[in-house]
Amino acid sequence: MEELANLFHGFAVALQPYNIMLMIIGITLGVIIGVLPGLGGANGVAILLPLTFSMPPTSAIIMLSCIYWGALFGGAITSILFNIPGEPWSVATTFDGYPMAQQGKPGEALTAAFTSSFVGALFAVIMITLVAPLVAGFALRFGPAEKFAVYFLAFCSFVGLSKEPPFKTIAAMMMGFALAAVGLDSITGQLRLTFGVTELLNGFDFLIAVIGLFGIGEILLTMEEGLAFRGGNATINLRVVLQTWCELPSYWMTSLRSCLIGCWMGVTPAGATPASFMSYGIAKRLARRGNNFGKGEIEGVIAPETAAHAAGTSALLPMLSLGVPGSPTAAVLLGGLLIWGLQPGPMLFVEQKEFVWGLIASMYLGNLAGLIVVLTCVPIFAAILRVPFGIIAPLILVLCAIGAYSVHNSTFDVMLMLVFGVLGYLLKKCNYPLAPLVLAIVLGDKAEEAFRQSLLGSQGSLGVFFSNGLVSTIMVLGLVALFWSAIQEGYSRLRTAAA
Amino acid sequence: MTELPGSESGPAHKTLEIGMALLIGAFGLVVIFGSLKAGINWGAEGPRAGFFPFYIGTAIVAASAINLWSAQRNTDRRLFAAWGQLRQVMSVVVPTAIYVGSMPFIGLYVSSMLFIAWFMRWLGGYRWLTTIAVAVGMPVLTYLVFERWFLVPLPKGPLEEWLGL
Repeated sequence: MEELANLFHGFAVALQPYNIMLMIIGITLGVIIGVLPGLGGANGVAILLPLTFSMPPTSAIIMLSCIYWGALFGGAITSILFNIPGEPWSVATTFDGYPMAQQGKPGEALTAAFTSSFVGALFAVIMITLVAPLVAGFALRFGPAEKFAVYFLAFCSFVGLSKEPPFKTIAAMMMGFALAAVGLDSITGQLRLTFGVTELLNGFDFLIAVIGLFGIGEILLTMEEGLAFRGGNATINLRVVLQTWCELPSYWMTSLRSCLIGCWMGVTPAGATPASFMSYGIAKRLARRGNNFGKGEIEGVIAPETAAHAAGTSALLPMLSLGVPGSPTAAVLLGGLLIWGLQPGPMLFVEQKEFVWGLIASMYLGNLAGLIVVLTCVPIFAAILRVPFGIIAPLILVLCAIGAYSVHNSTFDVMLMLVFGVLGYLLKKCNYPLAPLVLAIVLGDKAEEAFRQSLLGSQGSLGVFFSNGLVSTIMVLGLVALFWSAIQEGYSRLRTAAA
Repeated sequence: MTELPGSESGPAHKTLEIGMALLIGAFGLVVIFGSLKAGINWGAEGPRAGFFPFYIGTAIVAASAINLWSAQRNTDRRLFAAWGQLRQVMSVVVPTAIYVGSMPFIGLYVSSMLFIAWFMRWLGGYRWLTTIAVAVGMPVLTYLVFERWFLVPLPKGPLEEWLGL
């Protein structure tokens, strides 16, 4: 029952007035970030990260994770009302959400989306609460080889699960690793890949890359379509909310299934976007009114939203316990942890109990606060979206510049941000996935360290990655993930050959 | 990802795709070159600094070669973007580059003011009054939030020095 006591202690931390205030501020900022085009969760958290340097780590992560929940909620507003997914994970929500809004049921669609998000998140937090103590038990069995195997699994799952061509995923990922390698080598203390440029001494900071790739790149993509932006109206009242709530329990099967899909996709670092698509696709196949999907079916809103939130929330579990973030936004949060001097990994659950349980408690409270904020303030957030892009775009660009500058107080970083922005635009247009690139920049150093340390221990033999049950299992899972698309293709060929 | 219409022209998607693969491949070569300089074999302290990046660089070159091969085989004739769209994109990139480049000299606040004003007036076509309100309001708000509330210093130029901020 020690965990229960820890959790209650966590609630006590999260319920301090200062932390509750940060929670509300975080949620509100997050929804705004989710609503505005060009300011995604990862980018928004990256810009605001420097603001939290002066806060205690627990308060800082409460605010930043609330921004993350807020961004998850906000994406649904724009998808349903304007058919513009503010975030990639809300694309699937537009399929049925927007038709519902057009049929005069925006309130129902929004309520369904927000409530499902809440349910998905709650399910994932409960899962985290139950699993977290087990993770702490693992702590002492993790050596460098096991650590590297986990990174290996994380990156292989990207190659196998991504919808982009595998070699483009590999190219993008390896670029991230190469960028991470620039600068001081953490083991030998030798300079490498700097080619005499002093600014590169400390390497490329992933925050700059995130702000450039996701922020500036996104603005450039939007500019391509011109400045035109459509507006819409939103009303939501108590009667509609209650009515929809009465209707929702009848879709419990879809909810439960979507929760499970979401948790699975969040823990294996596939992230919220594939989770939402997968959940939508499966719901379409299994639902009684599946043929009606795409024409404004409420189940078509419930499925992707539940899964996206379950995935987004459960992505924090591998981030905290293994140091492997399940999404770009989780990667930024991980960067924050390192900056605040906390070392993510199994030991975090042993050494920083207050921090971990404070965060877990704030997930319960933050999502509840989020549900209340979005349900009551939809018209205000929709109004923000009607501010023309001609005003929003320069403001976002300035914010990105401020964010990039304040990471290291360096104007060189701001220029670097623009370079990453143009690169992000080109990569995105050519279907190179950006998420593995960013994760590789974040994890590159640690993966390399684990790899080299394991090799040191084994005198250079790769056998160390298959030396015991735990590490072999993770490595084999990684290899299966890496060749997943090839395995799938081979299997379907076999089946057609047999038939 | 526009279909090829009769009236609009622009660079082909295939060209950009090939260019991108070549660019990334070249980056991979730079990484390999840099790793060789740092040393890729085993030293007294185990694998040397270039050991890991060398294989990363090799993987980049190999993946790019495959991407190049598949881009070349691609037969669709989509446009990367129409010239008009690219002009739109450049109309943001160029002023942003000037904005970023001028920041070390005139400070973040003044350059942001000019940048926002330029963007809203010329790209957005807003009235001077709206433009000036936003262009001045945003940096002032930024100053209050960042410098005063969260104590995060931002780059300042001659104007701030003159104002004694």
